[in-house]
Amino acid sequence: MYPAELKYTKDHEWVKDLGDGTALVGITHFAQDALGDVVFVQLPEAGSSHQQHDEFGTVESVKTVSELFMPMACEVVEANGELEGHPEFVNEDPYGKGWMLKVKIAGGLPADLLDAKAYEALVSAESR
Amino acid sequence: MTDLKKTPLNAAHRALGAKMVDFGGWDMPVQYPAGIIAEHQAVRTQAGLFDVSHMGELRVKGLDALRFLDWLTPNAVAKLEVGQIHYTGFLTERGTFVDDLLIYREAGDDFLLVVNAGNIAKDFAWVKEKAKGFEAAVTDESDATGQIALQGPEAEAILQGLTDLKLVDIAYYFFKRGTVAGLPCLVSRTGYTGEDGFEIYCRAEDSEAVWNALLAAGKDKGLIPAGLGCRNTLRLESKMALYGHEIGDEIHALEAGLGWTVKFDKGDFLGREALQQAKDAGLPRRLVGFRTLEKRDIARDGMPVVKDGSRVGFVTSGAPSPTLGQNIGLALVPTVDATAGTRIFIEIRGKAAEAEVIPTPFYKRK
Repeated sequence: MYPAELKYTKDHEWVKDLGDGTALVGITHFAQDALGDVVFVQLPEAGSSHQQHDEFGTVESVKTVSELFMPMACEVVEANGELEGHPEFVNEDPYGKGWMLKVKIAGGLPADLLDAKAYEALVSAESR
Repeated sequence: MTDLKKTPLNAAHRALGAKMVDFGGWDMPVQYPAGIIAEHQAVRTQAGLFDVSHMGELRVKGLDALRFLDWLTPNAVAKLEVGQIHYTGFLTERGTFVDDLLIYREAGDDFLLVVNAGNIAKDFAWVKEKAKGFEAAVTDESDATGQIALQGPEAEAILQGLTDLKLVDIAYYFFKRGTVAGLPCLVSRTGYTGEDGFEIYCRAEDSEAVWNALLAAGKDKGLIPAGLGCRNTLRLESKMALYGHEIGDEIHALEAGLGWTVKFDKGDFLGREALQQAKDAGLPRRLVGFRTLEKRDIARDGMPVVKDGSRVGFVTSGAPSPTLGQNIGLALVPTVDATAGTRIFIEIRGKAAEAEVIPTPFYKRK
């Protein structure tokens, strides 16, 4: 449920370091499960710059809306255009087809990102 | 944390993998693994099964039961046949809502009142208080009663195999007592989804048996369990009021668009004077249906309706509509803006999102 090679935030986003100064960003299984059926994802445009913890978009589900927070300082390279027609990818495949942003990392990955174990512990505590 | 109340089907929901939530103090399924959209579509195209056992059942019985209820509520109780049901409200002196409910006429002097789960204690106390001076006994049967709603085009076919009742003889807003899965039940052709379907009342201890029998009988007709999430989207598409949203202590029957339940041509009833005055004065605000124009704009409950920077109304219920593929909602707006085609603006997270007033119900079954 929480792939070991990814990093996580306490706001339930994941980060995949692509090794070339860029990364992919999305939301975790826990987040998509809590939201329920996703109907719309609002994402920033390519070229926009963001600080860590900036609100960069929203995820709307049938019953609620949730804000998205940038896991690290970056510049958006690309937003996943498929989500416009297939918001359900976020539910069906949150780490694959449901990816949200490709970004150029500014200043390296923050030290406060969680590894899979730490994130899993956080989720178990939250589920209680 | 106080313990949540549980219906007799609580274990059944958990066994089905339901996601449970606190709904007004009740531990209820918001969805099952299929998800809200799939459950909603199932009800519209095949059938869905809802646990509504948390709802309340009050009984008013006695020589004055009819006279009492005809004074207590705005709809014409005297016109109900035995075996017939109507939708109505408990109104305050101001014509606003204590609750909305269905009244089932079981006999000349015997009425079953089905009320909202969150208002059972309030309604019971209120009805008992108002009954003083009338020869009518008011009792609360909620804890002894289970209720299951089977809704969708396949509902009749699914239920017929389990009941001794001839369902084709039960018209919309009528009911009969008989058996379902061999157990004594009251079966009404009513529902909160806009589809054909039945609400089945049984003894609390029989709920699980009835639930399981229905799920098994409906399996090859596409019946799936359905939770409160899709119950809300279904009723919203059908423009059915939800207490605390379209009706409540601050909204009266006429501005809520429920004038059809108010029978001014019968004798006196609680709230009559206030409603007559409101009607004569003209309504300054009304409930309308709307759809937002941009896919990204989803109006949610409570969001303000704005005009020239100030708040002129509010959204009573808003959600994406799975059947229509639009973002819809109901809102209280100034009467001048209450005609179809009018553009209104809803403040969504600080931004004025454009919406169009459209006719309701948003969806009507064929």
